[in-house]
Amino acid sequence: MIPYPFTYHRAKSLAEAQSLLAASPDAKLLAGGQTLIAAMKLRLANPAALIDISGLGELSHIREEGGSLAIGAGTTHADVAASPIVQRAIPALAFLAEEIGDPAVRHMGTIGGSVANNDPAADYPAAVLALNATIKTTKRGIAADDFFTGMFSTALDESEIVTEIDFPRPDCAGYAKFRNPASRYAMAGAFVAKFGGGVRVAVTGAGSCVFRVPEMEAALARKFSPDAIASVAISPDGLNSDIHGSAEYRANLVTVMAKRAVAIALGQSH
Amino acid sequence: MSVVTMTVNGERRSDEIEDRTLLVHYLRENLRLTGTHIGCDTSQCGACVVHVNGRAVKSCTMFAAQANGADVTTIEGVAKNGQLHPVQEAFREHHGLQCGFCTPGMIMTAIDMIRRKPSLDRQTIREELEGNICRCTGYHNIVSAIEAAAKQMSGKKAVAA
Repeated sequence: MIPYPFTYHRAKSLAEAQSLLAASPDAKLLAGGQTLIAAMKLRLANPAALIDISGLGELSHIREEGGSLAIGAGTTHADVAASPIVQRAIPALAFLAEEIGDPAVRHMGTIGGSVANNDPAADYPAAVLALNATIKTTKRGIAADDFFTGMFSTALDESEIVTEIDFPRPDCAGYAKFRNPASRYAMAGAFVAKFGGGVRVAVTGAGSCVFRVPEMEAALARKFSPDAIASVAISPDGLNSDIHGSAEYRANLVTVMAKRAVAIALGQSH
Repeated sequence: MSVVTMTVNGERRSDEIEDRTLLVHYLRENLRLTGTHIGCDTSQCGACVVHVNGRAVKSCTMFAAQANGADVTTIEGVAKNGQLHPVQEAFREHHGLQCGFCTPGMIMTAIDMIRRKPSLDRQTIREELEGNICRCTGYHNIVSAIEAAAKQMSGKKAVAA
């Protein structure tokens, strides 16, 4: 399969990427390309130009800064998964990165690309939302609660580039997903993070966009254990329903995955 | 049209190609390296796996322009001086194939897997093969081949050290 013609630019710096993007309104940014290239081959996407930001050193780093973990937007899933810094600071995040796609996809795909694309079944949005991360861009910092606005849509404007994700370090966290046996995308995935000031639960794969579950957060703040949320019923209203599973099935999966994520956070299982 | 230059199996190659040319098409059609296969063409089956700067990638989901300046290795580049690579030898020894269509991608994935995880058990090998599909074998002999190659290669390293 061959995409429509386009012009390829490799940006030498973030500043050059910004000016190329501003100069060509029909251009798209290319990071790992593991979603965009597939969409272009199917001719579902038809950008006039691609601005390749994958090689930019400015976007590829992992560092601990005070109580948080800063990951450059161009960092690949493989590098997040293999990072001793991530494994030590937020092991659930390294585990999540290791579970994305397959090894070859993880060598190309980036955290910034995943977050900016906001696929309803992507893994990273669940971690970003549950960990209350800040999405840093060429223009501003955006709180996770304000960033994911709907299916494949975010608060980013057309000329804005994600540069870094800053994750506050939790007391503990866990991620569990139930994979579609064929596509391996999450049919439901839950990321649970416990902080001194409370608990956050974010769910991916089950709805049209990643979402939080306030009832579970309140129950887990009272008692952080899997049985604390066993009786929290998720409404199937608005959840995905397709040949792989009904909305009711997914609603039940959310509770099951959230319980597993809590157990993982407590070190009770893997 | 743009000029891309890259090192493929140790040889410097340079061609003027359309910007939309996928790496797999450049390798197969411009360089005539047809050992890299196109199976699903949707980044799932792994028949197109090559190494770019030492890391396994799916060449059907990468533009040749992205590999400009890179070091690329295909299945044609893994045997040295007429000697099969230990992973190729293990696939032959353990009969890790039937029709052979997925084999180049399996071998490129296996070499990358052993580089990252020199100590591999059968369960880990199966998990690492997530992105490579074989419709003939049921994977059993592929897993045996990779397990044997990993053991042999780590043994060699231990002797060399």
